[in-house]
Amino acid sequence: MSALLEVTGITKRYPGVVANDNISLTVNAGEVVALLGENGAGKSTLLKAVFGLIKPDSGEIKISGTPIVFGDTAGVISRGVGMVHQHFQLVPVMSVAENIILGDEPRRGIFINKKAAHDEILALSKRYGLEVDPEAIIEDLPVGMQQRVEILKALRKDVKLLILDEPTAVLTPQEIDELLGVIRNLANSGVGIVLITHKLHEVMAVADRVVVLRGGKLVGATSPKETDEAGLAQMMVGRSVVLQVNRTEAKRGAVVLEVKGLQVRDDRKILSVKGVDLSLHKGEILGVAGVEGNGQREFVEAICGMRHREAGEVLINGVATKDMHPHAVHKAGISHIPEDREKHGLVANYSIADNLVLNQFDQAPFAKGWVRNLAEVAKSAISTVEKFDIRTPSAFNTASSLSGGNKQKVVVARELSEDLPVLIAAQPTRGVDVGSIEFIHNQLISARDKGAAVLLVSAELDEILSLSDRIAVMSDGKIVAIVESKDADRNYIGRLMAGLKE
Amino acid sequence: MSETNVDKKVVKSQSEKSSKNFDVGSWLVPIVAVLVAMSLAAILIKLQGLNPIAAYKSLFKTAFGSIEGLGVTLGKSTPLVLSGLAVAVGLRAGLFNIGAQGQLLSGALAAAWAGVTFDGLPGYIHVPIALIIGAFFGSVVAGISGFLKAYRGVHEVITTIMLNSIVMGVADYLASHQLREPDQFLTRTAEIQPSAKLPIYANLPLGFFIAVVLAIVIWWILGRTTSGFRIETVGRNRHAAWYAGIPVKRTVISAMLISGAIAGLGGAVETLGITYRYAPAFNLGLGFDGITIALLGRVHPIGIIPGAILIGGMRAGAANMQFDSGVAPELVDLLMALILLLVTAPLITRFFKNNSNKSMTSGWGN
Ligand SMILES: Nc1ncnc2c1ncn2[C@@H]1O[C@H](COP(=O)(O)OP(=O)(O)OP(=O)(O)O)[C@@H](O)[C@H]1O
Ligand SMILES: [Mg+2]
Repeated sequence: MSALLEVTGITKRYPGVVANDNISLTVNAGEVVALLGENGAGKSTLLKAVFGLIKPDSGEIKISGTPIVFGDTAGVISRGVGMVHQHFQLVPVMSVAENIILGDEPRRGIFINKKAAHDEILALSKRYGLEVDPEAIIEDLPVGMQQRVEILKALRKDVKLLILDEPTAVLTPQEIDELLGVIRNLANSGVGIVLITHKLHEVMAVADRVVVLRGGKLVGATSPKETDEAGLAQMMVGRSVVLQVNRTEAKRGAVVLEVKGLQVRDDRKILSVKGVDLSLHKGEILGVAGVEGNGQREFVEAICGMRHREAGEVLINGVATKDMHPHAVHKAGISHIPEDREKHGLVANYSIADNLVLNQFDQAPFAKGWVRNLAEVAKSAISTVEKFDIRTPSAFNTASSLSGGNKQKVVVARELSEDLPVLIAAQPTRGVDVGSIEFIHNQLISARDKGAAVLLVSAELDEILSLSDRIAVMSDGKIVAIVESKDADRNYIGRLMAGLKE
Repeated sequence: MSETNVDKKVVKSQSEKSSKNFDVGSWLVPIVAVLVAMSLAAILIKLQGLNPIAAYKSLFKTAFGSIEGLGVTLGKSTPLVLSGLAVAVGLRAGLFNIGAQGQLLSGALAAAWAGVTFDGLPGYIHVPIALIIGAFFGSVVAGISGFLKAYRGVHEVITTIMLNSIVMGVADYLASHQLREPDQFLTRTAEIQPSAKLPIYANLPLGFFIAVVLAIVIWWILGRTTSGFRIETVGRNRHAAWYAGIPVKRTVISAMLISGAIAGLGGAVETLGITYRYAPAFNLGLGFDGITIALLGRVHPIGIIPGAILIGGMRAGAANMQFDSGVAPELVDLLMALILLLVTAPLITRFFKNNSNKSMTSGWGN
């Protein structure tokens, strides 16, 4: 019997980089293979080649013993391969059922057979134990539910091989546990699964085998039984990684940022921040913990002047900042790592260098009056790319050519390069590899030690726990508790996040 | 370790090319488009029983074969460079200014008025004043669309198209009433004063050099100044621009004002350099040709110049071509249409390809 997926000698070059260098890999039915590697190691490239989204330069890919035609996505899908991409490919204004059947609709004459679609989705959802409401509109659903729709979409055609590219990056811990359960069940029913993730405990929990890429090459294979998280990290990065942050006691200073009675509506005009008071001190990291969708995003956007403040005030050093005016807020002293790097953080077809100065392009030394100083932009870009280890052949490549985690590093680098009194970091390490997480964490701490007031919002409770000096728990649009980190207990915070009273 | 230790020299040369990636391969598209369009048109000429080689030969010989011919060509190209530039500036800011036509007409009429009315000025004052007035009116017309886009969210395609009709109606009305040449049968303005006429040096029209200098200035502004960076950023990612603190609304309006001013200048140059008066129907289509030329020049301020010269040359040579080979001058319109189709087709396919790629592969796990 031939293996379900057999990749032999795949090489893919981009100008200046070999994204995949002679990679061979097999996946058998019923097993979960985790694909690990640093940002830019070539993981997405390899799986895009398998799914027929890009054409490799050489090599061969066989599914159940028969070679695929490079670049023929439709052919690959018809052979029983499904792929879930992290960024949803759902049409926000359409229903769950419509999104799932899109591209291959059950018909009655020239019309879509809605009844058949509805029933099909219900059956599908029952079969895999992934509950969804077929009539719900996508944009009204939380991300975890949207992810479920993505998975159902991939599973709709009897899938033999399921490819998951960082499916857990935006999920809450509970949703992740559920997803890992689904993955296990699918594998037990004979589906072969390839999973990319940067979260090593997920690998330990669900993978049968682990394959590690570095710099486009396959550098090793192991299994969770033979190693531990530190071992995996070492294989990925090629050095030992400190997974635990070394944090000294904070020297808390005066209040810098003050939020008073803030109320904010979300995109659906529903009040999602319901009166928040918070003070952030110089020299501390204040972590905001909470289950995603409890108002954190709206809270951050309102502070940064990107979302209308229904009521309340945001003061920096006692001075009120302007509503809906990100530029003024930035000038007043807030830098902000935005949650949605594709939408707000980057201009995809600008160079990395231009992206690195996006919020300072008109200031010295990057501009002299009206004229941009491109030499300075270039000089600073080259050193930042080096310092943040952004993996690219050149600082003048477009941002769109970067791997996901490297895009994130560009945004983080830009916001950290400014030394403003307040830093608001929303999901700063989303999609970033362990080595770079370590680096970004150290940067946040050193910003704090230099006197910045840091507000950290993260869906990763572990990140909050290990970095924060104080932890504010947000639930249903309110801060339900503020805990000193030395008193913080994982379970207690988890219960608060879930909205339970003590 | 990181692959970032790039040779400093390489980096320097790349930064000097400015950060906009200028990729030679992409310039094959317009060249191929023109060649394919000419071949297709040649087949049609052949089907009519005429000789395409003779037609093209006559066309290009008239347009580029003599210094006089070249002068006419450059004269015809001048408003085309400007209307192409106007459309390109809009596109850089993510705005589809279909209204170059209306802006150009208002500039043409305003310049005619200034050319007729002001009396006793020396040329070096009269010409710039008339040009500035033309640019101003073009700018005002485009500014309306910019304002509606920024503060009312009305799509600029709709408003610019509507303003085209409005401007045309108003201009024709003015040209047949208040601004009509007194005691004349024709509906048109009087001829402008000699002092308002754009000088022609040794067959080469001054207007063309104004247009080229302007294209270079716009290129520099877009690539090297903070205002240009704002326009480009708004055009490429409005959300990121807003997040980065770029005043998006103000930038949209300024881009429309600049775009309209350039189109208005195009109309003024046409009046002061070629027609010497405004008459309804004189400037038909120049603004629309700007769309083709902007796309043919890949929305690059300098790239627009050769495209405009090519099309200006065809327009200059069309009459002679009919005389020499019997091919109707409408051939030029056919060529324009084919070229537009062919340059946009790759843009369209790339748009869809990019989009599908994007929707399938972008995201955190990219
Ligand atoms: N379209 C492209 N053009 C140029 N280079 C590219 C392109 N896509 C990917 N690359 C390069 O190929 C390499 C591998 O990228 P890939 O996206 O496969 O990384 P990855 O392992 O998925 O990283 P991450 O964990 O950050 O998602 C990177 O150096 C990236 O810059
Ligand atoms: Mg990736």
